[in-house]
Amino acid sequence: MLFLNDTRFRAVFYQFIAISLVLLAAWAMYATASANLAKQDIATGFDFLSRQAGIAISESSIAYGPTDTVARAILVGLINTIKVSFLAALFGTIIGVLVGIGRMSTNPLLSRLMLAYVEVLRNVPLLLYLFLWYFLIILVFPPVRQAIQLFPGFFLSNSGLAMPALEWQSGFCLTLAALVLGIAAALVVRAVSQRRRIQSGKANAGWIAALVLLVLPVLAVWASGAVSLSWSAPEAGRFRLTGGLQIRPEFVALLVGLMLNLSASVAEIVRAGIQAVSKGQWEAAQALGLPRSRTLRLVVLPQALRVIIPPLTNTYLTVFKNSSLAIAIGYPDLVMVSNTIMNQTGQAMETITIFMGIYLGLSVAISLFMNWYNARVALKAR
Amino acid sequence: MKRKFLALCAATAALMVGATAAQSATTLETVKARGKLICGVSLSTPGFAAADDKGRMQGFDADICRSIAAAVFGDPEKVDFVLTNINTRFQALQSGEIDVLSRQTTATFSRETSLGIDFGPTVFYDGQGLLVPKSLGVASAKELTDAAICTLPGTTTSQNLTDFFRTVGGKFELVVFESPDENRAAFYSGRCEAISSDRSDLASIRAVANNPDDYVLLPETISKEPLAPAVRQNDSNWRDIVSWSVYMLMAAEEKGITQANVDEMAKSEDPEIQRMLGGADELGKMLGLDNKWGYNIVKSVGNYAEVFDRNLGEKTKLGMTRGPNTQWNAGGLLYAPPVR
Repeated sequence: MLFLNDTRFRAVFYQFIAISLVLLAAWAMYATASANLAKQDIATGFDFLSRQAGIAISESSIAYGPTDTVARAILVGLINTIKVSFLAALFGTIIGVLVGIGRMSTNPLLSRLMLAYVEVLRNVPLLLYLFLWYFLIILVFPPVRQAIQLFPGFFLSNSGLAMPALEWQSGFCLTLAALVLGIAAALVVRAVSQRRRIQSGKANAGWIAALVLLVLPVLAVWASGAVSLSWSAPEAGRFRLTGGLQIRPEFVALLVGLMLNLSASVAEIVRAGIQAVSKGQWEAAQALGLPRSRTLRLVVLPQALRVIIPPLTNTYLTVFKNSSLAIAIGYPDLVMVSNTIMNQTGQAMETITIFMGIYLGLSVAISLFMNWYNARVALKAR
Repeated sequence: MKRKFLALCAATAALMVGATAAQSATTLETVKARGKLICGVSLSTPGFAAADDKGRMQGFDADICRSIAAAVFGDPEKVDFVLTNINTRFQALQSGEIDVLSRQTTATFSRETSLGIDFGPTVFYDGQGLLVPKSLGVASAKELTDAAICTLPGTTTSQNLTDFFRTVGGKFELVVFESPDENRAAFYSGRCEAISSDRSDLASIRAVANNPDDYVLLPETISKEPLAPAVRQNDSNWRDIVSWSVYMLMAAEEKGITQANVDEMAKSEDPEIQRMLGGADELGKMLGLDNKWGYNIVKSVGNYAEVFDRNLGEKTKLGMTRGPNTQWNAGGLLYAPPVR
């Protein structure tokens, strides 16, 4: 056949066949599963999402009560997952960079200490650390009725940290919009002043202008009186403290566990990245008279980033997926909420499909973002 | 190329047909052909199902499995125990991995209607309760508003608590643990003011505390938890076998037939005892079993009272009283239909 010899046609044709086979297999699995479920009289479909959830969730960033829908309960779990993974990634990265740099210090005490840190954290399963942190918290601190008062209004106990909190009565969205506007304006001014500085070779006061622009919109909104806040302090109830901001031990244990685990991986990645920068770069910077700290910041780190970003993406994906270990220590993340729902509705296939879909979607989103960032810092062809 | 593609299509189609064509034999046929009953029990719950130091599965739920094996094979040991997780127990039953689920499982409307399973008779009338430290000075569950309560996930437990506090009109903090060990440890350490589970379970949590007298079970029973064995839907014969194996235990207690006296009782003139133990009529045949099925059950595991006392009763570590699990003529809820 003539057109089969055409390479362009063949490329498309093979792709088409491959995709059709995958779709066919997926359809076959779906058809078999739903036929079997129907035969066993097991309910199917996603109707249960709009039913009342009927379960309490101890930690929620959005308004939620047992009368809300199953879909909202899953959303609460998802937000909890994102919250803990994001904070763990943020703090873990900061600690990891510091440890990674410390690991290469010429001071033997510091570098050995950092080596010990990395090895101790990296070589024990994360789940065991989660148990360790959690039991440390609940066994070391006293029960909530004998809570330690750190400062007036700050209480520490094995039910977590309770502290006074500002509660927004109104104007939250307005303030948020003003903040976004301020950040955008500051970024623009910073970019302009940087370009000028490079052109003229003279330092300018652009960063002051940027700072002013950053806070000005927020201040304007507040001055206009559209915002009202109220102060909520924890009060001792009969059993525990109510009101204020409560940071629960389950959240802290999970955050600490994920964060430290991530920091050990990041430390090794950073060390490898820095060591990948050739010695000549250090020597050249030294020859120009740059001190060691500025050499690191201005010469070595920007080049090391190119090596660091791809494996870093991997560790971020790991921390996101590892957050599902939350179930072991009672933090209501996506998996825990889904599990409870699965048991109450009996619709395992649908619930697992939902949470696997969410994990897949968000992991892909993280990968895409990191790939974009990697492309930005990658060596430009010059 | 094209031929390869067609071959692949054919293979996929064949796979689909093969996958849908399974499951035509009845459960009884499958069990008999295998020569063993496969019974799903819980992971280490002393009193209900837990392996002893010789590795033999002991417990109330395990003995229910043995009585079914005795009815089918005349031998209570022809049973394989599969430990089922609380989250996957129904899937294990649906998929045919186990023949019967005997695992402290509450029969509810939605489970019976949407999971493709049927429940047998209630083997144990339980209810959800709350355990608190005595030092808390609480006398009623209604006082527990704003308290933190520890539970296990994915059961009806958390929903019952939510419902209870909605009727009382208070809030509470739910702390959920995947493993029973963490759940208990968090409660003992004071992370939670109370721990909630079925009363039978709370009895064992209290029993393993350092000082059981420091804890008190609150009087409220906030839910009905009829624990029952479950089988796959649409196999009426198999469901009958499971149901009547359970009823036989209850009927034997009612008639005073015990493991020790079953041989003498078999000579009894009482027509119902004659039918139960296979001396008259052919009730076993109607179930597709040996006519001595009832005799075999009582001979191998005893009657309901013996099973209860051996695993949960006052002489065991759990020290439970019969409570509602007494015969109907003694004011309890056990009521086996007549064997005729």
